[in-house]
Amino acid sequence: MGKGKHAGAPDKLIVGGKRLDGRKFNELRPLTIKAGVIPNADGSCSLQIGQTYILVGVYGPREVFPRHMTLQDRAALECIYGMAAFSTSDRARPGPSRRSTEISKVITDALAPAIMLEKYPRTKIDVYIEVMNANAGTRTAAITAAAVALADAGIEMRDLVASVASGKVDDELMLDMFEPEDNFGSADIPLAMMPRKKEITLLQLDGELTKEEIQALIEMNMKACEEIYEVQKAALKEKYKISAEAAAEETEDGTA
Amino acid sequence: MEQHKAHIIALLEKGKRHDGRDAMEYREVSVENNPIPRANGSARVKIGNTEVIVGVKMDVSTPFPDTPEEGTLMINTELMPMANPDFEPGPPKAEAIELSRVVDRGIRESGCIDFGKLCITPKEKVWTVFVDVYPINDDGNLLDAAALAAVTALKNTVIPKYDEKEGVVMHKEPSKKKLELEFIPVLTTFGKIGGHLFADFDLLEQHSMDARLSLSSMPNGKIAAMQKGGFGTFSEQEILNLVDLAVEKGKELRKLIK
Repeated sequence: MGKGKHAGAPDKLIVGGKRLDGRKFNELRPLTIKAGVIPNADGSCSLQIGQTYILVGVYGPREVFPRHMTLQDRAALECIYGMAAFSTSDRARPGPSRRSTEISKVITDALAPAIMLEKYPRTKIDVYIEVMNANAGTRTAAITAAAVALADAGIEMRDLVASVASGKVDDELMLDMFEPEDNFGSADIPLAMMPRKKEITLLQLDGELTKEEIQALIEMNMKACEEIYEVQKAALKEKYKISAEAAAEETEDGTA
Repeated sequence: MEQHKAHIIALLEKGKRHDGRDAMEYREVSVENNPIPRANGSARVKIGNTEVIVGVKMDVSTPFPDTPEEGTLMINTELMPMANPDFEPGPPKAEAIELSRVVDRGIRESGCIDFGKLCITPKEKVWTVFVDVYPINDDGNLLDAAALAAVTALKNTVIPKYDEKEGVVMHKEPSKKKLELEFIPVLTTFGKIGGHLFADFDLLEQHSMDARLSLSSMPNGKIAAMQKGGFGTFSEQEILNLVDLAVEKGKELRKLIK
């Protein structure tokens, strides 16, 4: 994404109709989501998709800082996307860059429609996102993880937000590019949506595509978002499921 | 906080901690090797609910003029706001800088890294070892967790191949050359509250305590670095006792690094 072409591309990104990591064109990388991984945070999530590893901590609704961000009719939402120094090939200098600042903004815009901000006037919701290991698709993974962390924080939401990218690599349309595909592909579309009503909350495009290709990629993304949505819901259910022992204890308490 | 402090002191009078531990007992410590595939070496350490990830990145730079044949070490800490509601985004503040420097001295001063081996071309090119400390959840005693994760990450570090002609580090080329540590120094930090000393304070104890002392111990029983923090004081005898305890606790923690 935005890294452009450079030397050192593998000869072929598709061999015998398959991708270099053996996936089909419409196949996601292995996805693991866990809710409630940072005890200090009000809500949190860790997400791994292939080698991309994201951590999200949510604090809020809480006092607004800096104060001038206060909104009288709803909560202020601030998402900060950062990359750990060791998350990329060459060490990334800690602190915001122009790229991370833009990504923070598009992530905020992708999550805001799902959050009932109007329920929490004069407060702030902070969403801290850190890419611990980057292997393409970090912004979309960040959105998927942040939505789970927000729900984990007990913040009222219209729906979760699921997100993924797809693109054009060696003239094939494919889902969820990993690094070599992302670096040497010709176009990509990151998309986020609220799956329940299929409302799209993030859409970007880098590269040249026909209308038909755009439609195909959007549909490929939307279908994958449905899959991701199931993993998100399962992560939240796992966190909040009552263990057998706890359930037994509860019954004991109830009948005592 | 005053109530917590009174409670913590009352328990310590009876030789107890608020979470049931003995005074010199650590919370459960776990060490995971290489959780970050992109790093040249990495580690995740959990001490109770405190969790830290450290990643090492090797890069090539010019040596310092006074050490033209030695590599360099840079330790940096990002107190991520996700780890503690008191951490704010922005450039590192005093707390983060002190943490980095205490971890740095514990490693550097022990001599466990042979910086001479990190020289590529004297006066021109040497390896710089970037150690980046990322606390994920701060439940007290970040210092010990950060230091343990840092030495483990360094022990796991593989030096990438370097293309001297082009002047680029080939992070994507496989390499088997390890950054060998001569031995493992271990940082142990003790808290003091109302005259009582204890190891591995959690966040509640950390907020209530008067002072802390961090000691970096070596396998030969020597201490390589110390740092006192907080507004309280230590007596000479207390310090000498903590030297013994640091060596003893250091041995226990060192066993966890595999």
